[in-house]
Amino acid sequence: MSPVIKIHPMEDFKARSRAVLNDAGQQRNFRGAMDFLQAKRRAQFPDREELEGLRDLGAAIRRYSLAHLPRLLEQLEANLTAKGVQVHWAQTPDEANAIALAIAQRVKARSVIKGKSMVSEEVEFNHAMQAAGIEAIESDMGEYIVQLAGEKPSHIIMPAIHKTKQDIARLFAKELPGVAYTEDVDALIQIGRRVLRHKFAEADIGLSGVNFAVAETGTLCLVENEGNGRMCTTVPRVHIAITGIEKVVEKLEHVPPLFSLLSRSATGQAVTTYFNLISGPRKPGEKDGPEEVHLILLDNGRTQAYADEELRATLQCIRCGACMNHCPVYARIGGHAYGTTYPGPIGAIISPHLLGLESTYPLAFASTLCGACGEVCPVRIPIPEILVRLRNEAQARPDTEEANLRGSGAARSVSGTAVWSVWAQVYGRLGLYRLASWFMSRGRALSPTEQGAWTRSRTPLVPAAKRLRDLLKDRKP
Amino acid sequence: MSARDVILARLRAAPPATLPALPGVAAWFDAHQRNEDNAQRTSRLRSALEAVKTEVHDTTADAWPDLLLQIAAAKGLRNLLLGSDTPHGALLQARQALNLQLLYYAKSIDSWRDVLFDEVDASLTLARSAIAETGSLILWPDASEPRLMSLVPALHFVLLDVSTIHADLHSAMRDEGWSAGLPTNALLVCGPSKTADIQQTLAYGAHGPRELVVLLCHPQGGAA
Repeated sequence: MSPVIKIHPMEDFKARSRAVLNDAGQQRNFRGAMDFLQAKRRAQFPDREELEGLRDLGAAIRRYSLAHLPRLLEQLEANLTAKGVQVHWAQTPDEANAIALAIAQRVKARSVIKGKSMVSEEVEFNHAMQAAGIEAIESDMGEYIVQLAGEKPSHIIMPAIHKTKQDIARLFAKELPGVAYTEDVDALIQIGRRVLRHKFAEADIGLSGVNFAVAETGTLCLVENEGNGRMCTTVPRVHIAITGIEKVVEKLEHVPPLFSLLSRSATGQAVTTYFNLISGPRKPGEKDGPEEVHLILLDNGRTQAYADEELRATLQCIRCGACMNHCPVYARIGGHAYGTTYPGPIGAIISPHLLGLESTYPLAFASTLCGACGEVCPVRIPIPEILVRLRNEAQARPDTEEANLRGSGAARSVSGTAVWSVWAQVYGRLGLYRLASWFMSRGRALSPTEQGAWTRSRTPLVPAAKRLRDLLKDRKP
Repeated sequence: MSARDVILARLRAAPPATLPALPGVAAWFDAHQRNEDNAQRTSRLRSALEAVKTEVHDTTADAWPDLLLQIAAAKGLRNLLLGSDTPHGALLQARQALNLQLLYYAKSIDSWRDVLFDEVDASLTLARSAIAETGSLILWPDASEPRLMSLVPALHFVLLDVSTIHADLHSAMRDEGWSAGLPTNALLVCGPSKTADIQQTLAYGAHGPRELVVLLCHPQGGAA
């Protein structure tokens, strides 16, 4: 087909997946981590009835919030603005980075200290800052490790889940001056703490994500354990929060059920160490906190998901990562293989809106549709159904009403379309089906031994010697 | 059109969902209320805090300063950061501890950031209330007890009046009327800072306090 296919990440995705599958060490790491996270989550929900009720409530809150999204965004903006928070809107990653850069240049920032933010990964914030000569330092321990290694996070909650403590011990000893090799996890964390402590004090800007934005009060909620999120949002003179437009809820009382679902589903904790509610910059008389607080609201394809009633459910996500922790595909190939900011089942359904279906449709096919992701999702996103929908979109006839997304029809090929059109003809007409199946069973010796991807790890498919119809005929006395 | 207008226009152009009713959050929490008294709430709070390596001590409004000074001496603390002009700070000051230097958060952080990061051993703040369900302490930092007091020093003492413990976060928000006005920063804290980012191994003392010590103030002649 077109040369576009040649540079298609589909091939990289398969190659990367195969590399991980052949790496026994990584297989062990991922299996161990997934078993651990699954058990922790299970222990948090001993009461099935409570879990299902809370999921119903969480889903209802997210659906309600999305149904009223434009109004809630305006309300959030008005309430934040009234409290002195500056609200910015960005359609693309470039726009979001340009907004942050303009703030950084105005305040003559030399460094930005970052709390955990997947949206900042999505817009490649660190690259944009570095290109402008501004240092961007990750302060979440997992993100810090990944940044030090020159990698990207492989999990949205536990960024360094692909690394063993030995990997990290080697990394610290190699990259940090004066640090000796140690596999002691407490010692490694204390090293990270020591290195980053003064980065907080020295940074001009703190960047954070947002877990929930509350429209009625104009409040940004942040969930964390390490205290780095609080550092980033309290110590530097300027705080910039960046989030997708879908994170808003209407009322403060909508937060407790979502917060409970998030902490329990993500890391199997009843509650995180910190829940940080920020409602404005430092007021006159207050002795700490940033003098400026900014919120960047990012679209980056979310409005495309929103435009479709079925795909809109994608935006219910609260980014807990439970779907990847329970995914048999993610557990085997890990996060890097996906090649997208968000890996796993949620990555497969959100990435097509961020990056276009043409470069991401293979992810929708890399699923057994076992349904585990949909079963654990705390806000009941029908992930398996959306995966099937995206497969259909990938095969859709472009420029027809079958095609609704950027990149719809990207998986369509002349040969594939021809095969399925013959299949439809044969299965749609009884006479033709009889004839075709007669030839298939009689000519079974001629079945090809090379059957593409199927025979790469399986024996070839051969039609039965006798058709069902023949077998039934034989049974007659 | 600005990015804002384009985004809002796109959202408004989307087909309206069959509008779901406002979720019944209060009804759900009411249905899951436990019938428990304050002692049971206190006990749930204590277990949840102890499960995340928090030291919890029972005391009274009169006895806590001496208890705190004992703990501080046992831990070898050199100094303790207090808010400016707080009643509990005054109580502690009246004890005239010999070996514990009392510091006060009297000036804006900009003028003494390095001292706070490098030289302060511990701090004491008052909790506004707490949550039995999750063991969360509710802090509303203000001009007198600023935000960084509960974050930067390696050890954080929290004084909590047990009569303020709520069943869950929803009750706390509702009964205290949070939606009518939140401070610049409100916080829930449960335990010292922690991380499991290295091979899922739990380690305490990530970027915030390494130790959290909670002083539960019971009524005089009560459970203490």
